[in-house]
Amino acid sequence: MTAGGILLEVAAQAGYHGIMTRSSGPQIRGGEAAAMLRISTFPVESHADVFDILVGVDWLNAERFRAEIPLGPDSLVVGDLDGRPPAEYLATGARLLALPLSRLAREREGGRENMVALGAISALAALPRGLFEGVLNALLGRKGSEAVVSGMACIEAGAQCVAGESGTFALAPPAPTRGAIWNISGNEAAGLGAIRGGVRFVAAYPITPATELLEWMAPALEQVGGVLVQAEDELASVNQLIGASFGGTPSLTATSGPGLALMTESIGLAVASETPVVVVDVMRGGPSTGIPTKSEQGDLNIALYGLHGDAPHLVLAPLSVADCLFTTQWAVHLAEKLQTAAIVLSDQSLGQTRALIERPAEVAFVSGRSIQRTPVAGYQRYALGGDGVSPMALPGTPGCQYTADGLEHAPSGTPSSRAEDHRRQLDKRRDKLTGHDYGDHWALIEGDGDVVVLTWGSSLAPVREARRSLAGRGIDVRIVAPRLLMPVQPARMREALSGASRVLVVEQSHGAQFLHYLQAFYPRERGYESLAQPGPLPIRPEQVVERFNPRGSR
Amino acid sequence: MEQLSTRQAALKPKDYKSDNKPVWCPGCGDFSVLSAFTKAMSAMTLDPERVAVISGIGCSSRIPAYLNVYGFHAVHGRALPVAIGLKITRPDLTVLVAGGDGDGFSIGGNHFLQACRRNVDITYVVMDNQVYGMTKGQASPTTAPDWMRSKLTPHGTRINPFYPLVIALASGANFIARASSNDPNGTARVIAEAVEHPGFSFVQVLSPCVTFRPEQRDWKKIVRPAPVAPTADPAVAARRLMTDDNFFIGTLFKGGRAPFESGFAPRAEVAGELERSFGLTA
Repeated sequence: MTAGGILLEVAAQAGYHGIMTRSSGPQIRGGEAAAMLRISTFPVESHADVFDILVGVDWLNAERFRAEIPLGPDSLVVGDLDGRPPAEYLATGARLLALPLSRLAREREGGRENMVALGAISALAALPRGLFEGVLNALLGRKGSEAVVSGMACIEAGAQCVAGESGTFALAPPAPTRGAIWNISGNEAAGLGAIRGGVRFVAAYPITPATELLEWMAPALEQVGGVLVQAEDELASVNQLIGASFGGTPSLTATSGPGLALMTESIGLAVASETPVVVVDVMRGGPSTGIPTKSEQGDLNIALYGLHGDAPHLVLAPLSVADCLFTTQWAVHLAEKLQTAAIVLSDQSLGQTRALIERPAEVAFVSGRSIQRTPVAGYQRYALGGDGVSPMALPGTPGCQYTADGLEHAPSGTPSSRAEDHRRQLDKRRDKLTGHDYGDHWALIEGDGDVVVLTWGSSLAPVREARRSLAGRGIDVRIVAPRLLMPVQPARMREALSGASRVLVVEQSHGAQFLHYLQAFYPRERGYESLAQPGPLPIRPEQVVERFNPRGSR
Repeated sequence: MEQLSTRQAALKPKDYKSDNKPVWCPGCGDFSVLSAFTKAMSAMTLDPERVAVISGIGCSSRIPAYLNVYGFHAVHGRALPVAIGLKITRPDLTVLVAGGDGDGFSIGGNHFLQACRRNVDITYVVMDNQVYGMTKGQASPTTAPDWMRSKLTPHGTRINPFYPLVIALASGANFIARASSNDPNGTARVIAEAVEHPGFSFVQVLSPCVTFRPEQRDWKKIVRPAPVAPTADPAVAARRLMTDDNFFIGTLFKGGRAPFESGFAPRAEVAGELERSFGLTA
């Protein structure tokens, strides 16, 4: 992971685009891990169909990543030969290149295999070696100058060792000018979006793969006078948010599937009591403990339908690493404005991927909660009428005392089990969401071809890659990827799909949850085609290309 | 938040009551606890709008709606986290939590332990009647193991009861007291003392359920003031609490732990401040 991070930063400074995703074994801390990088002359968000170079720093258990690391006959497998690269990789027809990592590292004081590997990659990809020292200084400098010196010696040795193959995978020169570039993960981007949206209180319980979001936010919140509390469990987390939000502070938590499951009862309380909260679910393989370290889009159903009773709430999904910032910020804004709960569905693949992105433009979405600031005779917290959003009095405001309640209530907040009060409050909580104008942000729409791919979340990246590839073959694909999953936007979706001859639904879910959601809320006379596969394998661009341009027809 | 009102004269206890009529059975101990809440607030001359009472689910948890303060009637067992989130972000408010033994010690049991540990400056009043009244008479964590009047556990629970004061002390509560609904004035004094003591204050109020535990009417004959002054020494308090018969009332422990400080002082983001870590290292 360290070497991968250095490589990504060097690529960034050289002017390239890139991403680094990570995968690790079930033990989370320690054990086998794979850093997967793509470096490119144009912006990229997903991996290509095959990797060019596989470097084995340690081959122990490396075969476990075989399915996640596709290789082809043009690929190169690099590493210690006596450590036995797994046969599974060589069966792809990939070429083998010996690199005596251990020996080269051992021969240098403080030498490490991963730095030797880094040197080999830098030579194969013809990355400017001059950039490494500065990056090593920045990233390893706190370990002392010896780490930098020995790191550089190892990089040099690795590069020399593969000199015969230098430039085999040389990148074209990068595009000359770019704006400011950020090296950021989806989890960090979501954290920044939260703070930009006005979040100043976070309560959370550690869980993979959401923990880094929280670890980024803890010091960042301090910088803006906010607080992160590590709570005793997810039940406490979400209820602390409700308390803080009742007091007027925009509040957010981050979790993964198991934590979201624990929170659902109280997310319903936030809906019923009209207390804004935001829950970011960085999805991982499920059900149950599932695959904590790897990605899957399997929490769509619980996010959409997991609350008991009729509990209209917001469900949003970021569409890229960079979009984790925008969508989280927008979610905070909407939750605050509409006084409800918002669930943001990120996933391991977005959250733990580092990407080189252009600095995102700042957007004006900040918490805009409707507040009753002055005393008013006969204040009714849950008053009916208007757009359904009733001004909220914060504790401290004289003359507006009320009790927020998860029991069904009259407009005053007084508990009521009368049929008419229930009906009116249900209507109110629904109408304030359905009546809101979400604007063009509801979805990303690209192209206007009459074949359409409908997808969401992290599956968008390979779909975009496939679209580029198909365009090169004269096939124009339209992409529709909703960022707002609930409330549904039937009129907008109708327009987005108008004139479509085929609609392929692409998702990373064994049960085709997204397909079933579309069939329920956006029924289409001609139906949908489905490309649904479980995690942790990402959708590969070629799988999408294949649907529109089968191999035989090329 | 700026001070929004200055009152000419102290409010009377009834000024802290709302117009909502309690759902409790006639004779329920909780009426007296409600009255103790209002007496304590009046005695402390609190501004009603600067008080928040948070509760979960159960008969006693209905109390916020009967008060003329800000309230939150949350889900079963989670009142403490709601109150903690509120107090951390609104240290200017007086935050109380009210509820019953099932809400606090069974479904919310872990939050009770963690709230004692965290020592946020709130006051937790548990109306303990050793039964689930709202669901018509099941055993709670404080019910004796041989109580056989519940259809759910016809042979008794046969499990050890929970001793909330001992647990509170062991978990780090900074103020521990027991009161009796038979003595609303004494209960009011203890609640006021608990509110004024910094950190997490825990008050158990013996509050009979006359419907499902009619024998608890006799509690008034058993409860008596503890013949000791409050101690600040946890070892002394431990001995005291481990050996009492659960019917001594009064303030039993006043600890000296500093309350949880979060440093919460929100401000707008300074443009660019948080972005620096994402820029390239060169």
